[in-house]
Amino acid sequence: MKKNLSILLNGIIRENPVLVLVLGTCPTLAVTTMAVNGLGMGAAATVVLICSNAVISLLKNIIPDKVRIPAYITIIAGFVTVVQFFVQAYAPSINKALGIFLPLIVVNCIILARAEVFASKNSVGASILDGLGMGLGFTLALFAMGSIREILGNGTWMGISLTSGAIEPMTIFILAPGGFFVFGILIALVNKILTRKGIEHPASGCAACPSREFCEDAKKGGC
Amino acid sequence: MKEMLVILVSAILTDNFVLSKFMGVCPFLGVSKKVDSSIGMGIAVTFVMVMASAVTYPINTYLLVPYGLDYLSTIAFILVIASLVQFVEIVLKKYIPALHKSLGIYLPLITTNCAVLGVTLLNVENSYDFLQSIVNSLGAGLGFLIALLLFAGVRRKMEGTNVPKAFQGLPITLIAASIVSLSFLGFGGVVQGLFQ
Repeated sequence: MKKNLSILLNGIIRENPVLVLVLGTCPTLAVTTMAVNGLGMGAAATVVLICSNAVISLLKNIIPDKVRIPAYITIIAGFVTVVQFFVQAYAPSINKALGIFLPLIVVNCIILARAEVFASKNSVGASILDGLGMGLGFTLALFAMGSIREILGNGTWMGISLTSGAIEPMTIFILAPGGFFVFGILIALVNKILTRKGIEHPASGCAACPSREFCEDAKKGGC
Repeated sequence: MKEMLVILVSAILTDNFVLSKFMGVCPFLGVSKKVDSSIGMGIAVTFVMVMASAVTYPINTYLLVPYGLDYLSTIAFILVIASLVQFVEIVLKKYIPALHKSLGIYLPLITTNCAVLGVTLLNVENSYDFLQSIVNSLGAGLGFLIALLLFAGVRRKMEGTNVPKAFQGLPITLIAASIVSLSFLGFGGVVQGLFQ
């Protein structure tokens, strides 16, 4: 039980995929203009992550090693298509806000990385928990970033007006430069907390990242 | 002709894939440390983008859409891109070993680069015809190349500077990217201004 809990918490805090391992930067930057979009993206990715982790873990002895990456991508793409149908049917506004980034969950590094690093080596139950933990960590990080950008850039939070015209919102925060800026500050903050608590930066999350050979940051634990 | 130019210039400048659409941020941050590797990666991405658009357009128009299978486009496109990258690598290795030596190492990274899948999906979304798709992907690739190249220059300047410990590495890189992206916002009205 304790081990299961640590698998779950690992993804949420200690190895947060976005803020600590720095995976999946593209959707993190692109969809976090509003807190609710961050939640939507997080939920969609979590569902795909849990399902693909479960299936890949079940098939780990069948998939030949040489073609494992294409096999993983096909499994992931299948689940992304299913999730896309659900979002289109039940949350058309989220579908519109996420736009092209909904199908692009297929190439989200987090999902492929967990397939390669965790699901292909662990039992089904543990893989599902890992998917849930990583998915929740992703969702939380996106929600935090979406909240900051929405409050500063639009003066609202989850669509509720906070400043009600008293302060002019800084639109730059919901534009592209604001995304890079807030993300940079958040990672610096996490670095600061990690060093203060004396926690070693966890081992590289880039094991499955195809860029790792060139990426000098891979040794430091980020892409 | 004018319409093609509008697509090309807006894909390079105003709708720059990395700096305003946030696609391909991973390689943008990972490979932009040196100028020559930025050029290699940029050219390889441009090449694969154009090839992928040329291949996925007929697949979508003549295979998926007539049979009502267009909901499978994500799966079909990612498989096409993965096999295309593999194929290009094999062909280059066999026939143009010199080019393979300089570009080959970047090819495996491109399969999971969301900019490549992104450009093919955007072509479908904007219902571009064959030529427009090619021009759009060429512009997207060149935009990626320019962003990478500019940023490599910025990062070289940054190397010798004294940065607070928490900001070292990725955070300061992201903040520099934010400033570069800010300068690209300035291109906002250029396309309308140029072609009207």
